Amino acid sequence: MQDFLQHVINGLSLGSIYALIALGYTMVYGILQMINFAHSDVYMVGAFASYYAAKWLGIENQPGLMTLATLLVVSMLVCSLLGLTIERLAYRPLRKAPKLNILITAIGVSLFLEYTGQIVFGADPKVFPEVVNDMVLADFGRLQLKSSDITVLIVSLISMVALQFLIHRTKVGRAMRAVSQNAAVAAMLGVNTDRIIAFTFVVGSSLAGVGSVLVGMKYPKIEPLMGMMIGLKAFVAAVLGGIGNITGAVLGGLIMGLSEEMVVAYLSSTYRDALAFGLLILILLFRPAGLLGRYQMEKV
Amino acid sequence: MSDVLLQVRDLHVSYGSIHAIKGISFDVRRNEIVSLIGANGAGKTTTLRAISGLAGFKGSIRLDNHDLSQIPPDKRVKLGLAQSPEGRGVFPQMSVLENLEMGAYSRSDRDGIEKDLRRCYEMFPRLKERRSQMAGTLSGGEQQMLAISRALMSRPKLLLLDEPSLGLAPLIVAQIFEIIKQVHSEGMTILLVEQNARMALKAADRAYVLETGKIVLDGRGQDLLDNDEVRRSYLGI
Ligand SMILES: Nc1ncnc2c1ncn2[C@@H]1O[C@H](COP(=O)(O)OP(=O)(O)OP(=O)(O)O)[C@@H](O)[C@H]1O
Ligand SMILES: [Mg+2]
Repeated sequence: MQDFLQHVINGLSLGSIYALIALGYTMVYGILQMINFAHSDVYMVGAFASYYAAKWLGIENQPGLMTLATLLVVSMLVCSLLGLTIERLAYRPLRKAPKLNILITAIGVSLFLEYTGQIVFGADPKVFPEVVNDMVLADFGRLQLKSSDITVLIVSLISMVALQFLIHRTKVGRAMRAVSQNAAVAAMLGVNTDRIIAFTFVVGSSLAGVGSVLVGMKYPKIEPLMGMMIGLKAFVAAVLGGIGNITGAVLGGLIMGLSEEMVVAYLSSTYRDALAFGLLILILLFRPAGLLGRYQMEKV
Repeated sequence: MSDVLLQVRDLHVSYGSIHAIKGISFDVRRNEIVSLIGANGAGKTTTLRAISGLAGFKGSIRLDNHDLSQIPPDKRVKLGLAQSPEGRGVFPQMSVLENLEMGAYSRSDRDGIEKDLRRCYEMFPRLKERRSQMAGTLSGGEQQMLAISRALMSRPKLLLLDEPSLGLAPLIVAQIFEIIKQVHSEGMTILLVEQNARMALKAADRAYVLETGKIVLDGRGQDLLDNDEVRRSYLGI
């Protein structure tokens, strides 16, 4: 039983990281109906930004709340700027182009970031700075609450609550939902849709920035291709929840994290990555709109 | 202050190789209801899209003496333009209240917005009852009321209405036209696009008849109602 609970905690912690990244995919999809393949590489750049910032500030061996906060801010800022730049330079000029062109461009941007990353950061893995003191907060024999897992859960929870507040309780959040439901009408009502789309990239990218620090803390090896697998899983999580749906992305991320942990614990770690593809095939077969996928109601 | 609020001159709109509007000119004067009638595909919606900035155009459109050609759609709202689009265009997964708040997006005078919300609820008790309901679950008639009230929330000078009677039962259509008349009687200038020629001509001070991208007739609403050509082609008499 305690073993099981331990796996649940690990799974939730992994799942909330998937959820943070899945949110970026789902928000951009909701507003532009495109899959931003470069999202996972924005996440990777966030991890390196934290790595270099910690080095530069000399805090790579000073774990603690201060370091956590600093790295979160740096990573969120860098990711936002990168997301904003990608949107402005690569996607906005193609706003009226066929969807396929934008999709191919997104793949191009992703490859560009991955290879530029290998040139600039080097292909060899780097060790992520120590973010929080690694310790056991509570010990129940075979059930341990580790500081890193608790940090992941708390930081993700705060991010998601903040996102929920932004989207449902602020004017800009209302405009984001309006643009995703009917961009032409939103523009007609006075919304500068380009600006709202740019803002959506900022929000999605900064969540990826949060995710990169949390991953760096739990699995402190970073390298320029680190975004590929986690990006894929987060994407599957978004599809599983119903792409375009915010709650769905969180749900999908948690299911993804939990089932991965359980598969590794009770079956075999060989299936760790196969699970994502298996889930993807199952969703596409049985529920292509995802768990919370919305079937638009429209009146003529 | 000139008498003409909206001035359209030699307007052309094309979708790729399709020349949808072929050089039309018309005016809307302050406090008028002007109707633009025409069959399916005549170019009514396209004309409104050009006015509100969703379609590029050649020629000139002036609103309150501002040349609109270089002004993006969101800025036109600030100049006093609002529209209830074809098919209502309510945000289906937002509440009635949120839809109305989106109508006031370009404003920042909280007190004024509150006041206008209350006025809107007075005018449409039905919307008040359903203010926290998702707009997508409203009936067609309710959605049309919402689309009109949402447009009014920006306190426009000119209200564009694209087929407000579309797909509604006759009784509801009559209600919607009552609302339009009431809004007009409070001083609103309205450009009304309709396929329902009878209702549109009855309500209008003046009207234009659009046929495959060209204006073929214009005159006072009542005169057009009596016009043989109009009676044959649009009223089915
Ligand atoms: N996005 C578009 N791309 C290509 N052609 C278009 C587009 N929108 C409209 N058209 C064409 O332009 C012409 C005018 O269309 P428009 O929608 O303005 O007509 P309408 O008078 O509003 O008709 P309805 O009463 O059916 O709404 C039509 O021939 C239509 O096929
Ligand atoms: Mg039309």
